[in-house]
Amino acid sequence: MLYIKCPYCGLRAQKEFSYGGDATVKRPNINEEVSSDDWDNFVYMRKSPRGKHIELWQHIAGCRQWIKVQRDTATHEIFQTAKVTEEIR
Amino acid sequence: MSQPFRLNKEGLINRNKKISFTFNGKKLFGYEGDTIASALIANGIHLVGRSFKYHRPRGFFGAGVEEPNAKLQVEFNGHSEPNVNATEMELVEGLSATSQNCWPSVNFDVGAINNFLKMFFPAGFYYKTFMWPKSFWYKIYEPFIRKAAGLGVASIEKDKERYEHKFEYCDLLVTGSGPSGLASAYAAAKNGAKVILAEDKPRFGGTLLTDDVSIDNLSGKDWAEKIITELKSMPNVTVKNRSQVFGYYDHNMLVMFERVSDHLEKKSKFTPRQRLWYIRAKETILSTGSIERPIVFGNNDTPGIFLSAAAKEYMKVYGVLVGKKPLIFTNNDSAYETALEFKKNNVEPIILDTREEHSSELIDEAKSKGIDIRFSHGVIVANGYKKVKSAKIGKLNKDKNSFEKTETVDCDCICVSGFWTPSVHLASQSGNKLKYEEKIDAFIPDKKKQHETSVGAANGSFTLEESLKHGFENGSNLSAKITETKTEISIPNVNEKKYGAHDKFWCMPLPKNENPKRFVDFQNDVSVSDIEIALREGYRSIEHVKRYTTLGMATDQGRTSNLNGLQLVSNIENKIVPEVGHTTFRPPFTPITIGTIVGREVGMEYMPTRKTPMHEWHEKNNAVFVDAGAWKRPRYYKQGNETLFEASKREAKNVRENVGICDVTTLGKIDIKGPDAAEFLNRVYTNAWMKLPVGKARYGLMLREDGIVMDDGTTTRISENHYHMTTTTAQAANVLSHLEYYLQIVWPELNVNVVSTTEQWAGAAIAGPKSRDMLSKLYPDLDVSNDAFPFMGYKEADFFGVPSRIFRISFSGELAYEINVKSDHGMFMWEKMMEVGKEFGNQPYGTEALSTLRIEMGHVAGPELDGRTIPSDVSLNGLVSKKKDFIGKNSLGREAFNVESRQKIVGLIPIDRKSSIPEGSHIVQDQNAKLPNPKLGHVSSSCWSVENNNPFSLAIMKDGKNMIGKKFFAVSPLKNKSIEVEVISSHYVDPEGKRVRS
Repeated sequence: MLYIKCPYCGLRAQKEFSYGGDATVKRPNINEEVSSDDWDNFVYMRKSPRGKHIELWQHIAGCRQWIKVQRDTATHEIFQTAKVTEEIR
Repeated sequence: MSQPFRLNKEGLINRNKKISFTFNGKKLFGYEGDTIASALIANGIHLVGRSFKYHRPRGFFGAGVEEPNAKLQVEFNGHSEPNVNATEMELVEGLSATSQNCWPSVNFDVGAINNFLKMFFPAGFYYKTFMWPKSFWYKIYEPFIRKAAGLGVASIEKDKERYEHKFEYCDLLVTGSGPSGLASAYAAAKNGAKVILAEDKPRFGGTLLTDDVSIDNLSGKDWAEKIITELKSMPNVTVKNRSQVFGYYDHNMLVMFERVSDHLEKKSKFTPRQRLWYIRAKETILSTGSIERPIVFGNNDTPGIFLSAAAKEYMKVYGVLVGKKPLIFTNNDSAYETALEFKKNNVEPIILDTREEHSSELIDEAKSKGIDIRFSHGVIVANGYKKVKSAKIGKLNKDKNSFEKTETVDCDCICVSGFWTPSVHLASQSGNKLKYEEKIDAFIPDKKKQHETSVGAANGSFTLEESLKHGFENGSNLSAKITETKTEISIPNVNEKKYGAHDKFWCMPLPKNENPKRFVDFQNDVSVSDIEIALREGYRSIEHVKRYTTLGMATDQGRTSNLNGLQLVSNIENKIVPEVGHTTFRPPFTPITIGTIVGREVGMEYMPTRKTPMHEWHEKNNAVFVDAGAWKRPRYYKQGNETLFEASKREAKNVRENVGICDVTTLGKIDIKGPDAAEFLNRVYTNAWMKLPVGKARYGLMLREDGIVMDDGTTTRISENHYHMTTTTAQAANVLSHLEYYLQIVWPELNVNVVSTTEQWAGAAIAGPKSRDMLSKLYPDLDVSNDAFPFMGYKEADFFGVPSRIFRISFSGELAYEINVKSDHGMFMWEKMMEVGKEFGNQPYGTEALSTLRIEMGHVAGPELDGRTIPSDVSLNGLVSKKKDFIGKNSLGREAFNVESRQKIVGLIPIDRKSSIPEGSHIVQDQNAKLPNPKLGHVSSSCWSVENNNPFSLAIMKDGKNMIGKKFFAVSPLKNKSIEVEVISSHYVDPEGKRVRS
């Protein structure tokens, strides 16, 4: 079971969180034209990297904040966590 | 009643407390502190089971977790458990143990015929034999194999015991209380670290209890006791015996299995039987010790053959002799300690040492005590079927592959030692790639992947001095990093015997023309010849050899067989062991009970039960409940002998004719506040929200980004910047997360807050033509006329002294209202409604009637919004704005969503107007067509239309409304029904929606 550092609550067990997918995906702006390729990429296309991956988790059984987690998909090592408004390099 | 093999004084058992038990029906006794194994051996019983494949007689081999043979069916404390390790299970009064895998008895087992047919049961027997004919598999082979497989019998009784889970956090977890574990825990505790020390056995100390050593002039046992006593007195230390750390998971999460009360005769009903600990440790010390490995020889599975350290443990811990004429067969010095212990108890052993004549401290001592030592000797084959009677021994030539001479000697037990294998399971589970250590012919931990440090024998250090030093150093250094305190500890003076080098000898050759079975893996009956066959047949990878032969795959995880198997493979392949590699270690290290894994999450505690504030009323009024997620909802209120069908029809009919009330508390409710709330709703819902006035509700539809309908519900503008959203019962949690996602990540610039208020409000729907009359009685001061309180209107008013919210919304398609009061007032509201509604013929209605009402109105719900439908599929395209953007809008243009023949919602009625159509039926053109019969759609919801008094269904069907008027078949192979149906509009009742506006 992973041990995830919520930027608001501190280190918490994985069972308090729910997974939210790739955090680097950016939704096209609302009320702006978007090509169907860009839209399809946003809705469907995801990389599945082996290694470092920045992803979203929600602390559903805690502060309910969505957070960013940089995790190694092969070893589960977590390098960094951040608020969604912060950048992970 | 004497115990012929019990010593007079030795041992740590409590001789003042006798414990009676039975074995295969025979009444026996042991002492407090005995295991089943030690008590049986004391009584001279060695034959305890039959082997898995050949049904060969088997006895005890080890004295603890390494035991491959002695697995018993044990009844104690009112339950029956299979595959209990007799060497670990402590004796409790009244315990009853029986042998497994034998019939009719362990003494006479019909299955032993397999032993004589063993040439027909080689490696891969099952794979080779049960291939053909294919038709035999289902009825003949599978039942046969099922019957032959497995060992004990799982109980079918409900487990009445209590199991618990516990979460714990610590600075340092120490797994094992041998010398290195005690030293680590002690040093860390002195540095002020929060320490957990876990010991699998009932007694702390590990090898200190059996080795002839002294520490600071105390015996090993006394020193261990002193340290444990001090650790127990420290507030920062938790000391646990009977606790096995069996799994090492990610991020230094370790899982421990504690046997809390299996050894207790009497306990309170709140005492758990076993407990599972989830331990998050900052650092872990793996002081798991090592396990002796055997030397392979002929018939080495005969009862009476033991690991030499186990024989010593039986003497020193339990005061029990495993035999009175022992042969000690060894390739190293440690078995000499066993021989000396026998000698001390006036038993004359013979030592067969595979090494050439040489001297060491222990050999010299044995010699000086007059023990018969034969160098360059070994056991070729054990004689005796149910117990060792004699052994053919041989003097090895220099090549160690042939014999100078052989002879037969009498013996009643053989104690074998092939050197020591570090227990690296936990290190391996943590991700540590192991390395092969030539010096000890075994694997030890290599580079760390997590915060684990192996010390002592688990790390390949077999001397006490080194183990203690490693323990103190690592315990101190690791904890000092965490506590930033370092207390100096002087390493104690140690007195131990020095061991000479061991012999790299692991398998006894056979003389020509002799071919007894030489077992590598006892529990799965894997012999040397099985491995040879596998390699001959081309299996190369050790993982494949393991699976083909089942080597190391039994419940003992190959603790005594893995390395010998590897040696054999590498010898035949002419490789060195590290080239062959090792198989993967997986948790659990030892078998644990299913009850422990489940913990308290059984029955009512499996998941939370959510009850509405009116639940008690429903119960008192014969409600039959249905689960809606965690909620309990009344399905119908039973009157007399009514069936579900009759009751729901009555309730629905009453709503259509008079008035009914329904508990709608379970609907998800979300409070939305903020200056940008309207803009937010406008983006979340498909329809327009910017112009909704205060005091009005609107039906809304929300999509996922891929265009699929996510949820529907009404949202009401309570005040300028305050909205009240409702969701379906099932989607409440998902919708909240969805809203939070967009507010926190996508549009953080919107000033809006959302919070779930589902539990804060109790809700009741009042539906039916007489609902306005009833409402006017509930709110005498309120103008409830259609003009003053129109459809989709909202009002706040006093409900007999409590504040309430009134929404004029309808799910039933009738004139209807929903009233919300604070949860605490829910019951008051409900009872008041029942009282006031009497004169209008009010009756409560459940979810079944609710479904009937919405289905015949053509209102969609979960079965239609099934994660595959877009708004136009369910006739809700009128709610999709063309003018503004919203979540999922861009996806609605996708080609596949816009083909004319796409499956869409329709209504179905049976041609005979009588046969109800099973939900899930497939719609086909020709009911007799050849399979696969092309499917045109499926029936999503069915009801008995109370309005038209015949069955009616909603279906999602190809070409949708274009099919109206045509006839098809609704086929349900599951219910064995085929019903001819006609396609009609999905709006079966009041298609213009006049009633809700009346």
